[in-house]
Amino acid sequence: MGRTKGLFEHIDWVLVGLYFLLVLLGWMSIYANTYQPDNSNIFDMTQEHGKQLLWIGSSVVLILFILMMTGKMFSTYSLLIYGGAMLSLVLVLIIGKQVGGARSWFGLGSFSIQPSEFAKFATLLALGSFLSVPQLDLKKIKNQLVVGIIIGIPAFLILLQPDAGSAIVYCSLIFALHREGLPSSYLVIGFSSIVLFLLALLFPFTIVASVIVGVCVLGFLLSNKRKRKKVWYYYPLTAVVSMAYSISVDFIYSNILKTHQRNRIDIILGKIEDIKDIGWNLYQSKIAIGSGGFSGKGYLEGTQTKLNYVPEQSTDFIFCTVGEEWGFLGSLVVIGLFLALIMRLIFIAERQRSIFSRVYGYGVAGIIFIHFFINIGMAIGIVPVIGIPLPFFSYGGSSLWGFTVLLFIFIQLDSYRKDIL
Amino acid sequence: MSKFHLKDRQFVTYIIFILGAAVLLGKLMALQLFSGDYEYLAERNAMKKEMVYPVRGSIFDRNGELLVANQRSFDLMVTPREVKGLDTAKFCQLVDISKERFVKTMKRAQRYSRRLPSILIKDLKKAQGISLMEQMHQYPGFYLQERTAREYPIPAGANVFGYISQIPRFLMEKDPYYLPNDNIGRTGVEKSYEEVLRGTRGKKYILRDVHNRTKGSFQAGAMDVPAIPGEDLTITIDMKLQAYAEKLMINKIGSVVAIDPSTGEILSMVTSPGFDPNMLVGRDRSKNYNLLNEDPAKPLFDRALQGQYPPGSTFKLINALIGLQEGVISTNTSFKCNNGWYFSPKLKVGCHAHQSPLDLRNAIAQSCNAYFCYEYRRILEKSNDIELDYQTWYDHVRSFGLGNYLNNDLYVGKRGLVPSIKYNDARMPFRWRAPTLISLAIGQDALLATPIQMANMCAAIANRGYYYTPHILKSTSGSFEADSTFSERKYTSIDKKHFGPIIDGMQMVVENKKGTAKNARIKGIEVCGKTGTAENPHGKDHSIFIAFAPKDNPKIAIAVYVENAGWGSSYGSPIASLMIEQYLNDTISRPQLEARMINANLLEDGTD
Ligand SMILES: [Zn+2]
Repeated sequence: MGRTKGLFEHIDWVLVGLYFLLVLLGWMSIYANTYQPDNSNIFDMTQEHGKQLLWIGSSVVLILFILMMTGKMFSTYSLLIYGGAMLSLVLVLIIGKQVGGARSWFGLGSFSIQPSEFAKFATLLALGSFLSVPQLDLKKIKNQLVVGIIIGIPAFLILLQPDAGSAIVYCSLIFALHREGLPSSYLVIGFSSIVLFLLALLFPFTIVASVIVGVCVLGFLLSNKRKRKKVWYYYPLTAVVSMAYSISVDFIYSNILKTHQRNRIDIILGKIEDIKDIGWNLYQSKIAIGSGGFSGKGYLEGTQTKLNYVPEQSTDFIFCTVGEEWGFLGSLVVIGLFLALIMRLIFIAERQRSIFSRVYGYGVAGIIFIHFFINIGMAIGIVPVIGIPLPFFSYGGSSLWGFTVLLFIFIQLDSYRKDIL
Repeated sequence: MSKFHLKDRQFVTYIIFILGAAVLLGKLMALQLFSGDYEYLAERNAMKKEMVYPVRGSIFDRNGELLVANQRSFDLMVTPREVKGLDTAKFCQLVDISKERFVKTMKRAQRYSRRLPSILIKDLKKAQGISLMEQMHQYPGFYLQERTAREYPIPAGANVFGYISQIPRFLMEKDPYYLPNDNIGRTGVEKSYEEVLRGTRGKKYILRDVHNRTKGSFQAGAMDVPAIPGEDLTITIDMKLQAYAEKLMINKIGSVVAIDPSTGEILSMVTSPGFDPNMLVGRDRSKNYNLLNEDPAKPLFDRALQGQYPPGSTFKLINALIGLQEGVISTNTSFKCNNGWYFSPKLKVGCHAHQSPLDLRNAIAQSCNAYFCYEYRRILEKSNDIELDYQTWYDHVRSFGLGNYLNNDLYVGKRGLVPSIKYNDARMPFRWRAPTLISLAIGQDALLATPIQMANMCAAIANRGYYYTPHILKSTSGSFEADSTFSERKYTSIDKKHFGPIIDGMQMVVENKKGTAKNARIKGIEVCGKTGTAENPHGKDHSIFIAFAPKDNPKIAIAVYVENAGWGSSYGSPIASLMIEQYLNDTISRPQLEARMINANLLEDGTD
């Protein structure tokens, strides 16, 4: 309980170091995008790189503020914070600023703030709070339902904006839930449905069906005899459901999706090469990254990004700058840093004594993972173009603040791990 | 499941994270390490290859006078997609274009491309372009593109320089060098020396952003290829003489060609009527071109090079030389003239009244037709083998550069005509003999020569037996050198010794009191000349005069044709004489004669 400790005592400096490294690389990328040889003042507040410096500075203030909080502050007020965040998500639908067809922003003069960035940690706090009830069994439908509601409310509200990208992020909480005892079948079904979805679109039904049958037969043969006798019907059932699923995917794709939606999927699947309308952004993004080659064109030497061929180059497509100017080596470093960050998060989450902190840690890792995977995946064309930022990298105050708060609450929780009995 | 098992689930998370990163890295490897296309695509995106147009060479006259220069002019360009909020009426007024034409050209530009610029108005004059340039930023989508156009400080010599135009498709298909907006020399020196004048285009790589705005040069210009400017030409023309000849030929149809016999350099080459070369530059080019093209006096037709006329009596000089060379006459040989040469009631050649008989020199001086008819018969009846004798005559004539192309550096030319045996056989089904062809004795019949061929023939006489190919290029500012054959003597088949008496006769034409062109006499200059009259079945005869001066070490040989002007002495000899005086003395001692020539108007109906 409430013993006083130094501000930086027990802080995980590895996480802090990774955080600042990523923020620095992000800022350098933004600077590269706005850089003009004749006008390169790094403090130019009319430029994105200047403003980002401001966001970084204010993030440091936020960090200090978070670290000053007392030990149990976040778990105590988790529901209040969650409630407030949900309220802001409702409010933004009513009084939000319409930007690009979506109501995602509160406009305060020239300054805008995106509540969905803050709903993420609020939801994690609420989830942690609920799951920290001792001996809570996530195999029970009732508990699963509560979890579904906690996650579903923000996801649903964000979908209403509409901002599908930010809503999808909530899928990443499956890692935390799985760790806390949600049956593995959720994870398996989740991943199988993604794989089957792709198979159904890429290959004719006969091939998909053979694969399904093959996998089910293999699973049946490999399972142990005792179990096989008891639940033998699982296997044909799975096969039938899978086939029905892939038929319906195919049906929805061919008959229900509109042409432009179908095109979007086809571009990702590489079925059509489109460089004009929908595919333009992706095409230019791939050119930027691909032209970087092994070691890149050199810092500030990118042509694709500097000459504005890449759209949204400081936000959604920030990774193009990394790929173009720093090449494969730079991409490897950035991906390595992200991987190190999220693995460190899991590692630290596992050393927590409180379920609350662990759930929160898993949540942070999951959210960062899905952002990083979707954002980079989108820039290189393996994920549909979904506009979500690259954590710590992308330009924007809400995004940087959101991720900073998300991460540092965990660092704060971790620094108090020894206080929890 | 126990909590112990749940703790193991962290590894599932680790594996998924690692797999996710591996998938990204795999795809990145494919993009960045195993696909070469993207570098090229990025370069193609960002680099705009821009042509660097070389400056076309200027043209100077033999004295260093600038004749053809470049002036700045502007094309008003439009990129349809970028045009926004245009006040059409105001804009049309600003750029001085009718609204209908504006709408029409805009539509054409849009059809061509919405993203790429097209020309809205071609060739705005420098002053208009510069004043517009300051205002163009108010009109997004429009800009002025500078280009060079020709400018002619002295409004003469249009036929010599020729003109340039945007390359037409049929020429572009012939030469892969050219691009659609290139200029190309169409006539004159601009055409003959196109490749020397035009220079070589360069390339410049420019970075451009997604909006096609330029963002500086690529790799600091390391890949750029500079344009090689065209070479300046110095041509053989004496512009003062050329302009003077054009002035003398005002309101007359015809041609004046002057050659320096000692080099073959063309000093002036006039076709009349001519036109101000500045007419074929700028916005009014096509309007003016149509005007010139439809003019019945055909100012675009270069009579100096393409006009084919009978040489008339000037040709007696050639026959006299052939007679001496073949030994059928001597300088003392005389023939009687009874108002002409008589063969039969149907076949006779008249002559004017003069003292008779005349020897060779006097026959030339007084241009006796009978003398040369008798002499010509002797040439063709020398061996009693008409074909042999005719061929001998034919070969002699051709050695003066007649009846064939000069193979020089002028863009156009005509062979003229010296009837060959084959030609005669074809037009005369019966057995032809000397009397049948008697008109050839006095330069009529089917004989045809262009004024430049006549001037060259005169130069060959002036040189006593050889000529240099008449040519227009003197030197260039660069490495290009004129055809070396131009500095080789082309010998005629007549021995040098025979020219003396003929030239004496030519001097008598001008200086003897009975000479046919006494009005060509210039105090202090020994002028040698010969009058001629070309029979014109369509109207009044053409006045012809050829001359050279001075008699020894001739500096100028000249041929003058004035259509429908009558005798050679009426206009031909005075004009030739004034030209010679202008060229050799740089001053005119006979202002009245000059004024009479300049003021004579042979275009008005009913003056004869
Ligand atoms: Zn006579």
